[in-house]
Amino acid sequence: MVATHDPSELDPIVARYPDRRREHLIPLLQEVQDHCGYLSHDAMITVASALGLPVSKVYGVATFYNQFRFEPRGKVHCQVCRGTACHVKGSAHVLDTLERSLGVSAGHTGKDGVYSVEVVACMGACGLAPVVTINDTVHALVTPDGAKRLARVAAKQEAHRDDD
Amino acid sequence: MTTEPAAAGQRRPAAAPDHTLASFVTEVLADPSTHDRPALRRLRRENVTRPTFLIGAGTCGLGAGARDTRDAIYAFLYTHHLEADVVEVGCVGLCSAEPLVDIQLPGRTRLSFGPVRPGDVAELVDAVLWGTVPTDARLLGQHTQPGLIPWDGVPRLADHPFFAAQTRWVLESCGLSDPERLDEYLARGGYRALAKALREHTPEGVCDMVLRAGLRGRGGGGFPTGRKWELARAAEGTQKYLICNADEGDPGAFMDRAVIEGDPHRLVEGMIIAAYAIGATKAYVYIRAEYPLAITRLKKALAQAEAAGILGDDVLGSGVSLHIAIKQGAGAFVCGEETALIHSIMGRRGMPRPRPPFPVTSGLFDKPTVINNVETLANLPTLVGRGPEAFAAVGTEGSAGTKVFALSGDVVRTGLVEVAMGTSVRDIVFTVGGGVPHGKGFKAAQMGGPSGGCIPAQHLDIAVDYASLQEVGAMMGSGGLVVMDEDTCMVDVARFFMDFIQRESCGKCIPCREGTRRMLEILDRITQSRRDETGSDALKRFRRVMYLERLAEVIKETSLCGLGQSAPNPVLSALRWFRDEYEVHVFERRCPAHVCKELLTYTIDPERCRGCGLCAKECPTGAIIGERKKPYTIRVDMCIGCGNCLTACRLDAVQAA
Repeated sequence: MVATHDPSELDPIVARYPDRRREHLIPLLQEVQDHCGYLSHDAMITVASALGLPVSKVYGVATFYNQFRFEPRGKVHCQVCRGTACHVKGSAHVLDTLERSLGVSAGHTGKDGVYSVEVVACMGACGLAPVVTINDTVHALVTPDGAKRLARVAAKQEAHRDDD
Repeated sequence: MTTEPAAAGQRRPAAAPDHTLASFVTEVLADPSTHDRPALRRLRRENVTRPTFLIGAGTCGLGAGARDTRDAIYAFLYTHHLEADVVEVGCVGLCSAEPLVDIQLPGRTRLSFGPVRPGDVAELVDAVLWGTVPTDARLLGQHTQPGLIPWDGVPRLADHPFFAAQTRWVLESCGLSDPERLDEYLARGGYRALAKALREHTPEGVCDMVLRAGLRGRGGGGFPTGRKWELARAAEGTQKYLICNADEGDPGAFMDRAVIEGDPHRLVEGMIIAAYAIGATKAYVYIRAEYPLAITRLKKALAQAEAAGILGDDVLGSGVSLHIAIKQGAGAFVCGEETALIHSIMGRRGMPRPRPPFPVTSGLFDKPTVINNVETLANLPTLVGRGPEAFAAVGTEGSAGTKVFALSGDVVRTGLVEVAMGTSVRDIVFTVGGGVPHGKGFKAAQMGGPSGGCIPAQHLDIAVDYASLQEVGAMMGSGGLVVMDEDTCMVDVARFFMDFIQRESCGKCIPCREGTRRMLEILDRITQSRRDETGSDALKRFRRVMYLERLAEVIKETSLCGLGQSAPNPVLSALRWFRDEYEVHVFERRCPAHVCKELLTYTIDPERCRGCGLCAKECPTGAIIGERKKPYTIRVDMCIGCGNCLTACRLDAVQAA
């Protein structure tokens, strides 16, 4: 994950949308977020100038949608599904346990950058509720303790990878 | 038929070159008699030449560990030097038995097993290859395949309670064929309906057929699809658009995801038929970014269809032109509303606008636009293929055809269920779903998500069709059906939906933006402890509760779009059927289902407590006192009812009442 980036690295992404049309705004923001992990102020300014829009409009659109993040993801990114089925099966508890044990509140990244926790509306795996994804791997039928364990294991693996 | 290399990690060969694929498509679609050709029968796996393993690999299957099971099968085949095909198919719908594995041996009928964990693979595969079927709980049944030798003593899958009551049209091929292959879809009769529509019917004719069949929108509103198309046809303008709404925002519904993951070509075919009928040359699929697998499979299907001449400037040589683009949603529930969705595609904040003008006259880029839901479009191949009369013959008057429900929550068998309209909710929950697990009592079934309501036990025999559901204050919605057992608190569920809606409210109109927040505050008050209440707070709480219903009615009547107009439904429905539960919360300050944490009183059972101190460590207010190895106690005056101690205790010594 790139924490800071220089504006020129977004050039190839921006170059894919040469016709400066408003309808490209959301796809462009999505690609920038895929690349950087989040939308920084600089990135939004780059996008705005690429499409010839005021930065305020870009910011307005970006903050409207749940998908966009404005701080970098942690190395271990936990998404907790809060759909109806997951709620009935106790996902509030799972979220609560993760927040407390990892010391990160939902929608944020910890100060050390290891964990980030995010709430998603529904992942569509309701038959296997409650569902948690950790670094985009879906885990079904999790318990609060299980989720905590999965996050810790993922963090260890990440630390290992950094050592190598 | 392409064969799968029997070693882990190897992928199947790339698709055939374009011209051969295009001529294959032309030849298959030339006339109906090609359906029985041996090459197509092989693609349908009516018989196989070597052992074949089919693994359910939808998002739910993968979440349950389908990849690990697949790798275990690869490893088994590799170590035993066996030649076999391993195919990843879509989801057959029985989520609770994931990971699902089907095994088909040459000359024998196909067997279904689930759940199959990696550790089960060796024993299971070994037994089946030796010709014996382990008859334990994992055996789901065998498929019905005429001409093949059935397995003795193995029940038919069609008789399995989960499948017996279903009428599978939209989900016909889900879980049976490889969703990433166009040739398998063709072999199963795919794109024949499209060819028929292009050759035998005019656009008006197709429109008329859909109108006669009585197909209604499956996304929630239930507007007659044919009527919508007629309005768009009548609208002036040369450029018209079709949008497929795959922004399945209802938390608790996943049928659109499963259809796209399991049978993407069916949606593509439906979209081409719809575009032909309304005269659209450009179509969009607005799909949630939260469904990466569905997006990948749909992209692949679109590329295949384009390469084969099914999509593009000359659809199947008919001169009709259609291009389909994918637009990824960015996570906003309100974008399920038509005008908000259009704004989102145009790169704006997804906020609805007042109607009229309706999108059918002035929609995307101010051009006439038809927006149909995934399931509606996926019904079209069946509707056109079988004819409108056959389609209307299933279901009830006013609600023709089938409906897919996403059955989840406190029910034995969860998953995707497709039943004829008019089936009772009881049949879905108890026959197909197998009832409530752990011997608990049934309390309610929530239908229609944040816009719907719940069906209490006394109305379980109600038929699922648009009109009947509305009578009891629920709605079809997109088809989420969450079963709740006696341990569910209905006030908490209403609060959950209100919390969801007020976060997702776009903020444009005041009744929805402010009203839903006030409703949430009232529900919060009901479910919170009164420990912090001072002065006239209790009086205020009562006054607010009295306003709850009136506020709900005002929001319903004055909101701008469907989201706001239906937002109070979960609360109103819960008030209608479970008023006593609200009253217990308000007057007696307790939660009968023991869910609302703050209304519980926590105590430590001195008999069970060993004095480990875990609870005291987790208590945020230091309300738990005691010394190690002796029973701890909770100071009621300091307890804020967070419930941390309850989760922390491993000896069940903390009790909540």
